[in-house]
Amino acid sequence: MKSTIYYKTKKVTLNLLIHLFLISVAVSCLFPLIWMVLASLKTQEMIFKGGVVPKTFHFENYYLAWVKGGFGRYFLNSIFYTVSVVAGIVIVSSLAAYAFSRFRFWGRNLFFIMFLAAMMIPIPGSFVALYVLLNKLHLRNTPIGYILCMINVGLSTSIFLLKTFFDKMPTELEDAARIDGCSKFGMWWHVALPLSKPVLAVVVVFNALNVWNEYILALIIFDSKQFMPLQVALQTFQGEFVTNYPLLMAGLTLTALPIIIVYLFMQKYIIKGVMQGAIVG
Amino acid sequence: MRIKPTLENYIFILPAVLIFSIFYIIPFIWVFQLGFYEWDGILPTKVFVGLGNFKDIIFNDPHWWRSLHNAGYITLIALTFQNAIAFLLAWACDREIRLKNFYRLIFFIPPILSELVVGMVWGFIIRDNPQGAGLANRFLLALGFPELVRSWLSDKNTVLTTVALIHSWKGFGWGFLIFLAGLQTIPRELYEAARVDGANAWQSFRKVTIPLMVPVMILVAILTVLGAMQAFVLIIGLVGGEFAGYASVPVLRILASMRYSSMFGYACAQGITFGFILIIISFIQYRFSKRARQV
Repeated sequence: MKSTIYYKTKKVTLNLLIHLFLISVAVSCLFPLIWMVLASLKTQEMIFKGGVVPKTFHFENYYLAWVKGGFGRYFLNSIFYTVSVVAGIVIVSSLAAYAFSRFRFWGRNLFFIMFLAAMMIPIPGSFVALYVLLNKLHLRNTPIGYILCMINVGLSTSIFLLKTFFDKMPTELEDAARIDGCSKFGMWWHVALPLSKPVLAVVVVFNALNVWNEYILALIIFDSKQFMPLQVALQTFQGEFVTNYPLLMAGLTLTALPIIIVYLFMQKYIIKGVMQGAIVG
Repeated sequence: MRIKPTLENYIFILPAVLIFSIFYIIPFIWVFQLGFYEWDGILPTKVFVGLGNFKDIIFNDPHWWRSLHNAGYITLIALTFQNAIAFLLAWACDREIRLKNFYRLIFFIPPILSELVVGMVWGFIIRDNPQGAGLANRFLLALGFPELVRSWLSDKNTVLTTVALIHSWKGFGWGFLIFLAGLQTIPRELYEAARVDGANAWQSFRKVTIPLMVPVMILVAILTVLGAMQAFVLIIGLVGGEFAGYASVPVLRILASMRYSSMFGYACAQGITFGFILIIISFIQYRFSKRARQV
């Protein structure tokens, strides 16, 4: 018989090894981000020569990046696109999902399957055709062109998530509202939407993240810097001059930090939203 | 009286159908049309070339084959290395352990960041002065391996592996969360029963955990393959621009055909070809997963 001390030591060693493994991976996750933030507070020289932690923090880099680097403009652009696209998706997809779930009409299944099929079929070259289409419609290099494209990107998954939720939602409240003389739009706006807050949160988070991080469509749609969101502007900034790395790092921090902060506060919704969105799509 | 309610139903789906038709269905059809033409994207005239573009892609485009090979390599690393790490982490977290929620919180930070930001930050960390801080090489020197020092992102022998590893860094959090959710659905009694029957930790891992996790593994594998095959923004951030050279992937080739060679027809044909490849891969995985579920 081996002694209990043997088993205890074995267990402690195993636990220690497990923690060592977990912590080293966690450090590797955080390291580039911490490094990015620290670099954004250095001067160009300190980035290349000095140690990891700077002796003096140059917070003015953020002011310079915001004003001179133009990141203030790009930041507001990104906010504007994210808010408009998410609002658009919530309204358009919840209207459609509500009809698919509650009403009977010709072509209902056909249209719904059409949206489903779009989630399954990858078209890697679609941005080429989108570029041509937006040119024809004179919507290229316009915010509205980008917003409409991005609404379309999030539509299928959102409709699917919302319809699934509506299907499970009891209809009693809506029946009561109808008897009280509520119109179909009234039932959608006053009854269904307020009741679907849990799934709406998922839809909002999933799409907001998608829009904030979107790159390729913004790249082919925008020529003018004044319209660019952060993701594309960052790359333009790097390509343009002898790169001012502290300002670039400040720009990168401005791009990444809002997401991380929102994530830390709304972890549950974000994980749920991203996972459901990805697995469905 | 009967027409109005029907009309109302269609008004609900009208905005969605309209946006979808214009921004999904029309481009979808155009990709297939343009694939059979030679067109620079500007001139009003297009030249019909039939299957010419596809012939060129298959027989005269070594860059295309190279890019497919690269995407396959990144996918392979993601399937093996990234998912192995993800599974080990999930297994390590699936117990009474301190800081569990903290680890979960941290591991999912890379996946929520944009590929471009991840690529640019890592690229700057790895590249040598003056394009970057050269931390990778400084680290190797500090550890006493001067012979390993190289320019990781411009050396043709290392660039692809570097890209694949950073792709794994960004992606393992997905697999981790899905694996962890899967592991937590396994009833604890099964482990108890295995222990009572005299199984050691390794045996119960092999005979209980692994078989029950097969469906979850297949799901993760499918998501990994589709994600890794189409990853390209990370490469733009890391290597810079659409001319990723030795690290180019199919989507970057499509982008380069369109933006730098102004060969819109060819770009669409590349898109169709790659789309078919992806569909075939998904189909094979689907069949495979069906069979695995029956066993």
